Amino acid sequence: MTTRLLEIENLNVRLAAGRAARPILDGVSLHVERGEAVGLVGESGSGKSVTCRSVLGLLPEGSQAAGSLRVDGEDILTMSSNRLRELRRRDVSMIFQDPRASINPIRRIGDFVTEGMRAGGVPQKDALKRAEELLESVGIREPRAALRSYPHEFSGGMLQRVMIAGALAGGPRLLLADEPTTALDVTTQAEVISIITRLQAERDMGMLFVTHDLELAAAICDRIYVMYAGRIVEAQSAERLFRRPRHPYTSGLLAATPRLESDQPPHGVPGRPVSLAEAPDGCAFAARCAHARPGCTEDEPVQREIDGAQVACLRAEELIHD
Amino acid sequence: MTEYALEVENLRKSFGGHVAVDDVSFSLKPGGSLAIVGESGSGKTTTARMLVGLERPDSGRIRVVGRDRSNAARGKATRLARARELQMVFQDPYLSLDPRVSVAQCVEEPLRLHFGMSPRERRARRDELLERVGLGEREADALPRRLSGGQRQRVAIARALATEPKVLILDEATAALDVSIQAQILDLLAEIRRDTGVGYLFVTHNLALVRHIADDILVLYQGRVVESGPTRDVLAAPEHPYTRLLLHSVPRPGWDPAQIAADRRALATALREARAPSAAAEPARHDPDAAPTRRSVTP
Repeated sequence: MTTRLLEIENLNVRLAAGRAARPILDGVSLHVERGEAVGLVGESGSGKSVTCRSVLGLLPEGSQAAGSLRVDGEDILTMSSNRLRELRRRDVSMIFQDPRASINPIRRIGDFVTEGMRAGGVPQKDALKRAEELLESVGIREPRAALRSYPHEFSGGMLQRVMIAGALAGGPRLLLADEPTTALDVTTQAEVISIITRLQAERDMGMLFVTHDLELAAAICDRIYVMYAGRIVEAQSAERLFRRPRHPYTSGLLAATPRLESDQPPHGVPGRPVSLAEAPDGCAFAARCAHARPGCTEDEPVQREIDGAQVACLRAEELIHD
Repeated sequence: MTEYALEVENLRKSFGGHVAVDDVSFSLKPGGSLAIVGESGSGKTTTARMLVGLERPDSGRIRVVGRDRSNAARGKATRLARARELQMVFQDPYLSLDPRVSVAQCVEEPLRLHFGMSPRERRARRDELLERVGLGEREADALPRRLSGGQRQRVAIARALATEPKVLILDEATAALDVSIQAQILDLLAEIRRDTGVGYLFVTHNLALVRHIADDILVLYQGRVVESGPTRDVLAAPEHPYTRLLLHSVPRPGWDPAQIAADRRALATALREARAPSAAAEPARHDPDAAPTRRSVTP
């Protein structure tokens, strides 16, 4: 069997001892193949961002992680810091949500885009030439002039393109996108997404796309993982997830999303999303679930396969949400 | 004569040389629901801010329940009277509530300011308002940091309703919330409108949301109204290319972001070319058909 581009197995993360000590991820397993776009969807506190960041070894300070997290077979959790730096520079890149918060405002755009290349020993002149090409490929007009500009001279959408150019500088095989368009307008979102998906396909990169927007994930991803309270509750192909959600939380999310093409008004899920630390025994969603039975609050549902879907719900076989 | 809850005529505002809001007119019937949609820079938030008096229009008229508020309020009594008629709920419930003020005090404050109630009446009314938005005693005693985003937004709504306004402006009021919570807040807002007859002015860029919450829609692009009319009609058969672009931009299965990006560039170019000659020569000229509440499309 060939190794997978990204393989996370049974990842558990706990914040360190002290006042804030608590678990945040419980038994998270997922994978991304080469050239595949995978969505990781959840609401606040679900652990989707922590999962995504853990791939770059960016865990919350002092936290403890158990399980395995392999990029092309190499385990991130046991990697030396030198190797980890090299991996971040060359193999795995991240696009963050807010470009204004992630790009140094007092350095030029050229410095930002070439940073990784220069650290990797590419001569300044070559790095700048490469940066110019990258800026052009993300649709920045006059890329040469842009290299000498500062972040404040760009709009949010344009700066997000700069971040994408920077992320691609090392020629990564895996792209991590953490809500890359949440801070943007709908029309700008479409533009940035078209750039990301085009480059992902052209360069045959694997992509892990984190979002709270199930519709957006379904529009661009091959497969989707749905997270709730630090656990993965469902995984399916995007198309099937929409047609036939297996977990009551997934169908609740779908019903809560306002739709253009539907007369059905959005229908709220009672209660609020909980984090893993607040989750009671048994299924974390049970308190909000219309299908909960007494057994649901006792046993934590084990993930299993039903019709090509991975579902963690005790009643998954009986319930079909159309 | 119908009295509108809110009536705006030829509103205009510029910042330096940039015209942010350009000849915007619309009206809202009592108990109606209107959505102003557009991307950032379209002038939708500036319009909302002028309505509540956070910005001063360069020209144009704003009338709320028939009373003019185009000029700055003189004196406390006028300011209070205006605040009673029109209230606003902001986007980010993490920024819009004072972190040191408990929920109970937060909701009591407008009651103290606006009505001569005894402390006892005030507490009773406060509890009534909190119950209206689904919050209980435990939340009343809490500081905002103990509350979730959805609960905070409920507090903001309760506070806004305290003065029994005729119009509530909701500036992306559910954008920062989780989807499952957003739907709860939308349900709550629909219920409140049914029961109290308050009118809503939604400011948003989410057309899928507009479809379910607004009777009428006003599409702004670069400060101007490009299309308006009943939401159902506008969304079913958008006439202005910008409205079509907004519609296509909503992610859904079979979505084609590359096509949208191309359309967006084409639209920006077309409009720049169409406007350049007339805008330079005669900036005050506008199409006369921008009247609201009926179906209309500008250039």
